[in-house]
Amino acid sequence: MTALQHVKLGAYYTVHLPEPDDFDFWRERARGLVQCDVPPDRIAWLEPGGSGDLFASGAPSQGERRLPVPSADARPVRASKRFVSLARNAILHSDAQRFSLLYRLLWRLQANPRIMEDKADRDVRQVEELAKNVRRDSHKMHAFVRFRLVEDEALGEHYVAWFEPDHHILRANAGFFMRRFSNMRWSILTPRGSLHWDGTTMAEGPPAQRSDAPGGDPMEDLWRRYYASIFNPARLKVDAMLKEMPKKYWKNMPEAALIPELIAGAQGREAHMVEKGALAFEERPGTLDAIDKAIHACRKCPIGTLDNHAVMGEGPRDAALMIVGEQPGDQEDVAGRPFVGPAGQLLDAHLEAAGIDRRAAYVTNAVKHFKYVQRGKRRLHQNPGAKEIDTCRWWLESERALVRPKLVLAMGASAARGVLGKTVSVAKVRGQAIPLEDGSELWVTVHPSYLLRLDGPAREEQARLFAADLAAVKERLAELAG
Amino acid sequence: MAAQTLLQKLEILADAAKYDASCASSGTAKKNSLGGKGIGSTEGMGICHAYAPDGRCISLLKILLTNHCVFDCHYCVNRKSSNVARARFTPQEVVDLTLGFYRRNYIEGLFLSSGIVKSSDHTMEQIVEVARILREEHDFRGYIHLKTIPEADPEIVHRAGLYADRVSINVELPTDSGLTRLAPDKDARQIEGAMGKVKADLIEAKDARKRFRHAPRFAPAGQSTQMIVGADAATDADIVGKASRLYDNFRLRRVYYSAFSPIPDASAVLPLKRPPLIREHRLYQSDWLMRFYGYKPADVMQATEADGNLPLDIDPKLAWALKFREAFPVDVNRASKEQLLRVPGLGVKAVGKILASRRHRALRLDDVARLTQSITKVRPFICAVDWRPVTLTDRADLRSLLAPKAEQLELFAA
Repeated sequence: MTALQHVKLGAYYTVHLPEPDDFDFWRERARGLVQCDVPPDRIAWLEPGGSGDLFASGAPSQGERRLPVPSADARPVRASKRFVSLARNAILHSDAQRFSLLYRLLWRLQANPRIMEDKADRDVRQVEELAKNVRRDSHKMHAFVRFRLVEDEALGEHYVAWFEPDHHILRANAGFFMRRFSNMRWSILTPRGSLHWDGTTMAEGPPAQRSDAPGGDPMEDLWRRYYASIFNPARLKVDAMLKEMPKKYWKNMPEAALIPELIAGAQGREAHMVEKGALAFEERPGTLDAIDKAIHACRKCPIGTLDNHAVMGEGPRDAALMIVGEQPGDQEDVAGRPFVGPAGQLLDAHLEAAGIDRRAAYVTNAVKHFKYVQRGKRRLHQNPGAKEIDTCRWWLESERALVRPKLVLAMGASAARGVLGKTVSVAKVRGQAIPLEDGSELWVTVHPSYLLRLDGPAREEQARLFAADLAAVKERLAELAG
Repeated sequence: MAAQTLLQKLEILADAAKYDASCASSGTAKKNSLGGKGIGSTEGMGICHAYAPDGRCISLLKILLTNHCVFDCHYCVNRKSSNVARARFTPQEVVDLTLGFYRRNYIEGLFLSSGIVKSSDHTMEQIVEVARILREEHDFRGYIHLKTIPEADPEIVHRAGLYADRVSINVELPTDSGLTRLAPDKDARQIEGAMGKVKADLIEAKDARKRFRHAPRFAPAGQSTQMIVGADAATDADIVGKASRLYDNFRLRRVYYSAFSPIPDASAVLPLKRPPLIREHRLYQSDWLMRFYGYKPADVMQATEADGNLPLDIDPKLAWALKFREAFPVDVNRASKEQLLRVPGLGVKAVGKILASRRHRALRLDDVARLTQSITKVRPFICAVDWRPVTLTDRADLRSLLAPKAEQLELFAA
């Protein structure tokens, strides 16, 4: 007896699925129908609540009772692993045609077992498309479910989420949430059903409404603050965001309410960042005169806004030696020339003793304006801050680029920072050449005003070291010239 | 000054972390919390739990432990000489935030970095302490990425790897001279030394696990790095060369590129304009070509223009194909996988589908169209049963035909 003899020629069958995501039930029925050689166009597959489901409210299907039964010796049904794993996903799709599509493919697989490899086949492509949509929906559920904490007096903490999946994915994804939140009591409510985990067992519940879920959570303020702060307004890419997080998900994500405001404010925030950040330095000045003019107008740091004048460096345009001090003092500010006060006089004496001609050197400062605090009639010297030195570095670099000295002597830590961009310990680096990017070299020593602050043997000792540094510079200059 | 609230600290320390490009939470060992006393799982593939309007995915709580820093790197908003607001979390506060966010399913885990306070060792200890509390006291089994400090004691860095899924050490800049100029407190040899040490630890741990099933895991998601693009004069060719050396020498999982972006309180040595974001994107595309498409660094370098940079208007794969037109058209019914992977517009998946399908039928242009995203881009470079691009590949204006039209950023699309 062949399977065919069981089937009334031209008969139509209806299969009622008990659940829209019941793959095993579908597989069981589909297998039997293939074995009885029922062609795809003779079967209607109906899910509960689906259109055409005449029996939805009544007893289980009458049509089902009429399904043919395959004979004991019917040929086994063949399906590749690839088909089974795809079908398992595709069947979760909300498309009403999915069961018949899968059956048609299963039917065709009997004649052509390798059909799944033919990615250009229309049915294969359609099933892949369904499975892909389901995977995406599942992935979005893993990502966008937002639990809210409900303190339950009897049972303790309970985390409840409301989510609206597009497809019948809830049950299939129970495992993911169980594995991740195994020691939490949680519920996920959806319009298609609900899941409840109490730490040991999983229970399924009926469809829910949004109003069944809690409305807020104290953690959400922190989360929203995080979301707003981690966003970089200088990199607005709204399309990229929408591609991965379509608007349909937004209504159930607490952070999404911020998005319009963040986007609208982004240009302003970026402009503010740039304005606060990037100092408006233009092209480097092409002449020392241009630098002189520009530093007088410079208000890029607080020192420039004090009542003072910029003091330009002085010396030959092609000096081999550049001497860098910290900043002009009170007398330099008044005279408009570097190193004319007490420290300058001390420097002159030492230079002369070392045999260095000050007039052949270019003498300047790391910071171009005098920083002070007013005490009555006196202006008391203040050390410039790292930020101020770094800001003024632009001008010092501009001077260096024009004069191109072979050797730069930085006096004091501020001067060294002005050249190097980082703070070094004078004691550690003095007496040795530090190579600079432009091929010249830096020597570091103390600032002469340091000597002025010392007394007695300490002063003598430091004066000796300072003289030794200058002697080494003199010697090195001769080498470089030679 | 009144004590900062947790909310204020979070704002400052998340803001300080927003310039960091790396965020992936994938590729680690599978874990779940069944049978444990804590929470968390990792299932191979990372999950992006939200997307910011900058298009970047949020999968981890990415914050700094503190943005106080004794270093003075010019490109860094947290450098010592910057005037930004400062804040400091205690390790316990970071732990509580991580767990609070994780329980609500906002995140996959933690990405912790820090400014350097007191000393490198002290800072690294604090970072490790956060991970220790999460793993040991809370049995946290989610993802942890720790940024390690190259100047810190290798022993402490090693402990970081025992708790973390991934560790990363930033190379910061593509060239040593750029590093010297912009990150005066950092040292290229030290950075690479630290990477080498992590690589050795990774190999040793892997080897130990082959012998002893319970040998401790060491950073199962491997190590990654990040470099800043556009803050110095390094070209794309320099950057690609550097990245490929790093991949080869240190077995890195990922090299991230972070386009230098205007930062508040910037240093005067930095360029004023940000590099176009698209440059960063082109570098990621070239990275992709090398990791998944069999391109060698030399191939990518060949795709650069005279100035050493990749073209911005077309992707590097198309740029390569336009330069090497003699390699095309490729016959979709005969060509090797390697050849197909070179066709602009064909992704790894599409190539897989073509290879599978052509065992069943001779592919026509229509068939290929069904297997690819866009046939327009592919058409000039392939042959099918009913298709030969006789004139197309030779057209001088092919580039302008294929280059996407310039688009205005839609600022208010949402």
